[in-house]
Amino acid sequence: MHEMSLAESVVEILQEEARRQAFARVRAVWLEVGGLSHCDPEALAFCFDVVTRGTLAEGARLELLRPPGQGWCLAYSQAVEVARRGDPCPLCGSYQIQVTGGDEMRIKELEVD
Amino acid sequence: MCSTCGCGGDDPGQVEAGISHPHDHGHSHDPHAEGGPAGRRVVVEQEILAKNNRFAAVNRSTWEGRGLLALNLLSSPGSGKTTLLAATSNALAGELEVAVVEGDQQTSLDADRIRATGVAAVQINTGKGCHLDAHQVGHAVETLGVADRGLLLIENVGNLVCPAGFDLGEAARVVVLSVTEGDDKPLKYPDAFATADLVVINKIDLLPYVDFNVDRCIEYARRLRPEVETLRLSATTGDGVEGWLDWIRRRRGQLLEARRDALAAELAAVEGALGEERGVARPE
Repeated sequence: MHEMSLAESVVEILQEEARRQAFARVRAVWLEVGGLSHCDPEALAFCFDVVTRGTLAEGARLELLRPPGQGWCLAYSQAVEVARRGDPCPLCGSYQIQVTGGDEMRIKELEVD
Repeated sequence: MCSTCGCGGDDPGQVEAGISHPHDHGHSHDPHAEGGPAGRRVVVEQEILAKNNRFAAVNRSTWEGRGLLALNLLSSPGSGKTTLLAATSNALAGELEVAVVEGDQQTSLDADRIRATGVAAVQINTGKGCHLDAHQVGHAVETLGVADRGLLLIENVGNLVCPAGFDLGEAARVVVLSVTEGDDKPLKYPDAFATADLVVINKIDLLPYVDFNVDRCIEYARRLRPEVETLRLSATTGDGVEGWLDWIRRRRGQLLEARRDALAAELAAVEGALGEERGVARPE
C-alpha cells in the first residue's frame, strides 16, 4: 500500500505550498494520476482522507484527473494509446510498445483559503 | 544534521529552499474566486514523488562520483534474492568490494545472513512500509562504509508492486523471478517489470518439477520493456551464476569508463585553464 506514502508526500507538498503561496487551508486538490502510473487512484483517495486528518487539508475534495497511457509502437512506428501495460498495439497487435506518457503522478492545482 | 536533506534536527524547511520550482507567480488574483464561499485557485504543478526523486538524484550522483555500481533488486518474497546476493558476494570476494543494503519489514535475518559471508551489510526495517525510499537508502549507505569503485547491492522489500515507483538512485534495476512463481508473473505485476533493466530467472534447477516456460516468461517481460536483458540461473547450484557476474562486471566497466571520461574531460579543462593563466602571466 505505497499509496499511503504517496498521500503523505501530497500533504508535505501542500504544507510547502502553503508557506510559499501563503494560504491556510486547502479545500480541493486536482491530482493527475496517469493510467499507467504506479498508483491505484481509489487507494490513493482512501489514504488521502486518512492522512489529511488534523492537517491543513482535512476534508479537502480530491479531484482525480486520469490522462490515458501513451506509447510508441516500435513495429508500426506510430504513437498509440495504451490502456494497460503489457497490452498489444491497437493498430498492429505487436507487443513492442515503449511507454511515452500517462505514467505521471502530479499535483496540478489547489483551491485554498 | 544531515547536510543533504536536513533530517535529524534544525529546520527541515531550510533544505527546501534550494528546490527548483517550475512556476513563477505571486499570490493568485484568481478569476474563479467570486468573493463568495469559494476559495482561490493556485497552481502547483509538482510531482508527488519529487522529494524522493531529488534524494535519488543525490544518491545517483554521489555513487557515480565514487565509481560505485548500485543495483536495486526487486522481487516477490521467496524468489531467492538473498541466496543470490550471498552467492554473488562469495564469488566476487577478492575481486571487488561488495556491500549490501537489506530491506525487510522486520528482523535483521537477511543482513545477518549476508554478513556471515564476510560482506558489509546494513538492514533497513521498514516497519509498516512496503518499499525502500531514496532517503532511507542514502543514509543506510553512509553508515555502511562501502568502498569506492565497489558494488552496492540493494535488496528491496519483497514486493513486486510498491517498490516499482521509487527510484533509489540505482545504476540499474534488477527484477528476480523464480520458476516456482509461474511464467506469467511479468503480466501480473507489470509495474515492476516495466522498470526492469535486467530480469533474472532464478531456481532453474527446479524447472523439471514445475510448469514454467522460460521463453514465454521472457516474451512477457519484453512486452513490458522491449529492450530488457534477461538471465537464467540457479543461485543454489551455481548454474548460470557466471553470466550474472559477467553482467555485473560489464555494467561496472561501463560506469567506470563513463567516470574516467568525465574526469579526463574535467582534467583537460583544468589544464587548459592553467595553460591560459601561465600564458597571460609570462611577461615576454
